[in-house]
Amino acid sequence: MSSVDLGIVGAGPAGLAAAVEARSAGHSVALLDEAAHPGGQIYRNIDHAGAKQFELLGPDYAYGKALTKAFGKSGCSYLPKSSVWHVEQRDTGFRLSYSRDGRSHGVDVGSLIIATGALERPMPLPGWTLPGVTTAGAIQILLKASATVADDLVLVGSGPLLILLAAQLVTSGYPPRAIVETVPLKNYVRALPRVPFNASGLGYLYKGSKLLARVARAGVPIFRDARDIVIEGTKRVEAVSFRSKGRAHRVETMSVGLHHGVVPNQQITRLMRCEHVWDQRQHAFLPILTEDGETSVHGLFVAGDGGGIRGAHSAEIAGRLAALKVIERMTGESQAAVKSLRKKLKRDASVRPFLEALYPPFSEALVPSDDTLVCRCEEVTAGQIRDAVRDTASEANQVKSFLRTGMGPCQGRVCGLAVTELIAEASGRSRNDVGYFRIRPPLKPLSLNELADYETEAQ
Amino acid sequence: MTNTVISDLLVIGGGLHGCSAALFAAKRGMTVTVLEKDEVGQHASGTNAGGVRRLWRDIKEVPLANLSMEMWKSISEIVDDDCGFQQVPQVKVAECSDDMELLADRVALMKKSGFDHERLIDRNEVLSLLPAVNPRVEGGLVSDDGFALPWHTTAAFARKARELGVRIDTRTEARRIQKDGNTWRVTCSDGEYVGAHLLNCAGAWAGQVADQVGDNAPVEPIAPLMIVTQRMKPFCDCVVGTARRPLSFKQMANGTLVIGGARLGRVNTATNRTDVDFSELKHTANTARDVFPIMSKAVIQRAWSGIEARMPDLLPVIGRSEKHENVFHAFGFSAHGFQLGPATGKLVAELIDTGQKAPEIEPFGIKRFSAKPDHSQLLGM
Ligand SMILES: Cc1cc2nc3c(=O)[nH]c(=O)nc-3n(C[C@H](O)[C@H](O)[C@H](O)COP(=O)(O)OP(=O)(O)OC[C@H]3O[C@@H](n4cnc5c(N)ncnc54)[C@H](O)[C@@H]3O)c2cc1C
Repeated sequence: MSSVDLGIVGAGPAGLAAAVEARSAGHSVALLDEAAHPGGQIYRNIDHAGAKQFELLGPDYAYGKALTKAFGKSGCSYLPKSSVWHVEQRDTGFRLSYSRDGRSHGVDVGSLIIATGALERPMPLPGWTLPGVTTAGAIQILLKASATVADDLVLVGSGPLLILLAAQLVTSGYPPRAIVETVPLKNYVRALPRVPFNASGLGYLYKGSKLLARVARAGVPIFRDARDIVIEGTKRVEAVSFRSKGRAHRVETMSVGLHHGVVPNQQITRLMRCEHVWDQRQHAFLPILTEDGETSVHGLFVAGDGGGIRGAHSAEIAGRLAALKVIERMTGESQAAVKSLRKKLKRDASVRPFLEALYPPFSEALVPSDDTLVCRCEEVTAGQIRDAVRDTASEANQVKSFLRTGMGPCQGRVCGLAVTELIAEASGRSRNDVGYFRIRPPLKPLSLNELADYETEAQ
Repeated sequence: MTNTVISDLLVIGGGLHGCSAALFAAKRGMTVTVLEKDEVGQHASGTNAGGVRRLWRDIKEVPLANLSMEMWKSISEIVDDDCGFQQVPQVKVAECSDDMELLADRVALMKKSGFDHERLIDRNEVLSLLPAVNPRVEGGLVSDDGFALPWHTTAAFARKARELGVRIDTRTEARRIQKDGNTWRVTCSDGEYVGAHLLNCAGAWAGQVADQVGDNAPVEPIAPLMIVTQRMKPFCDCVVGTARRPLSFKQMANGTLVIGGARLGRVNTATNRTDVDFSELKHTANTARDVFPIMSKAVIQRAWSGIEARMPDLLPVIGRSEKHENVFHAFGFSAHGFQLGPATGKLVAELIDTGQKAPEIEPFGIKRFSAKPDHSQLLGM
């Protein structure tokens, strides 16, 4: 079993920045990530991207090159294609168990920074499990890996990522067939007073408006204020039907991309039983963190979107900040940069209230109709969950015992928040009281052979 | 809540044993209240392996297990729910010739005591029962047992008990237990409960309850570890163990494999926290793969454990308190109490109601742990 001062999970902007910072202070660092190359969601595959991808994905993507370059030179022990399946507390810190190339290994770390980012919020609409339905995030992964996508895509939902993707698709020469936008018109009025009048905030808004303009110029129809959305089809997607501004529409297509925002990936912080609290503005559970990202578990930090959605730039700052905190602990010397980073982090977040007011999750997908599937793995519908609540289950874990929601291969990653939401709706209890699934290891499916052959102490 | 709840019987603990005893006491016409500090079935009863096993039980437990088995066969008549119970053979395979001897000795012992439900089988018979088993097995021991869905079973007992008028208060921890004349007064976070009789079904926490009524019970909380795999094509319709190596192995109706094997995780009864220890579970994975080579293709979906009570002699405590006529115990099932749920509840209710102690529960009195006076102190040493 090897051991290092600092372990980092996730090679996105938060994880990379943290690694570089801790290495520059001379500490030993191991960074683990499932992907084959550093970059995370936003800078996925950046070290191997061709000219075509750079053109398509724009300067915000190219920015990541500097980060991966600094990381490459940092001397960090980098473990790609390594999927962390268990984290345990030890006397000296934490032990990570991870799987790489079909074998399991362990590494002991003094402090731990979780930089596992966000997951797309599930969007259980009628028909969302039909073949041909995917998510905006999955389409972006395709773009970054191979720059090819379907040419009749209908994008359904809302949010910055949806607009960014639409613009990138326009540039790629495969503009979406239509955007079915779920933002109620009143949200524009609600968001207006939250426009951030500072350089950082306005910069974000300017970028957003440029993307929108690009989509509009390409003639992509945008159906605003969409509701009553149904994805139609028998064996696979055939069309999307909905009402927009009071009129019924039906757009034929073979492929649909859903998206209504991202939420913190809480698998590890839940496994470690960090305290979480419901955040109404982000409409998600967030781990409770100190200003510098430490959770309720001593020595365990979260940096980046895993601690609350704030985007790539904030993630990078938060990564550095968490690393500086770890350095302070180890050296006993306070770090000068901490103060200015905290300030930067606050400034960078100024656009969030505006975005959160404009793009809350789509209500029809939060509390889906009774016959809509919510848990795909165990095939449980919204109606079954409401019935269970009527049958006295009023907590997420009781519904899990009752209906097996969250016990399938995805371990609740997909259905977790939807189940909390439905119980809260049906029982009238707060989301904090309803809670979230208890997360059981392994975090990722693990072959029995790997466990049987896993040498934990020897070597 | 300021008013006091008064019942004939106060049960502490809403696991399978508490709910089962409550159900049978209600059937006898008693008014019953169950106090459960968490949720019904949250601990051992809802998280166990679901084995309805008689095979290889301590000989003292066999009569009780046999009675319970008869009740399992008609479980729907008891709780209006089939509890997912399936009657299937339970097989203990012999991995070498020494193992075969061990199994043969067991059959001889059983015969001497008048039991014939455990049968020695040869290699061919094992292979025909378990086509996917490692062909190197030497033979095995089999009995007609089965398995059920633990959480659903406990929920079904609770539901039926409620239908019969039992009051089950969850999130209600019995904190202070005091004698009040001839009755017992239990103070919880939000109210007081008074009972003419008191029954301790507090599982891993039963030692603390026993302590409050002056009984000594060396309960050790343990956290047995379990694995469930992703679905596989059906290949095993028995519950399987081995002669020497701890294993409990079964394939559920949905194709998943549920595997346990006496390996323990870490447990904290104050916080309800259990931690899975994969360096222990790897041995269980190894045994499963040795017995069923096809398991090298299995993928582990989830690991978990539940909080259970273990006694030093691995036998439960069932019966009347040593100190008080109207206090009773049913706890300490030492990782094999799920099967015993129906019969224990029935006989404990009978004991409380009529004072009759059925022979099946005779061996499990708490007296066997009575605190001996410490002579060294008396002698001033
Ligand atoms: C992982 C695992 C696998 C197992 N596999 C099998 C198997 O295959 N076959 C088998 O036969 N058995 C098995 N067992 C054993 C079986 O689950 C237990 O023996 C049985 O469920 C015990 O039931 P119980 O009601 O005594 O305990 P529990 O279910 O633990 O119930 C006790 C209850 O008392 C409550 N309580 C405690 N103190 C207080 C208080 N002061 N006030 C209020 N409430 C209180 C607790 O919250 C708890 O809910 C297994 C156990 C485990 C953990």
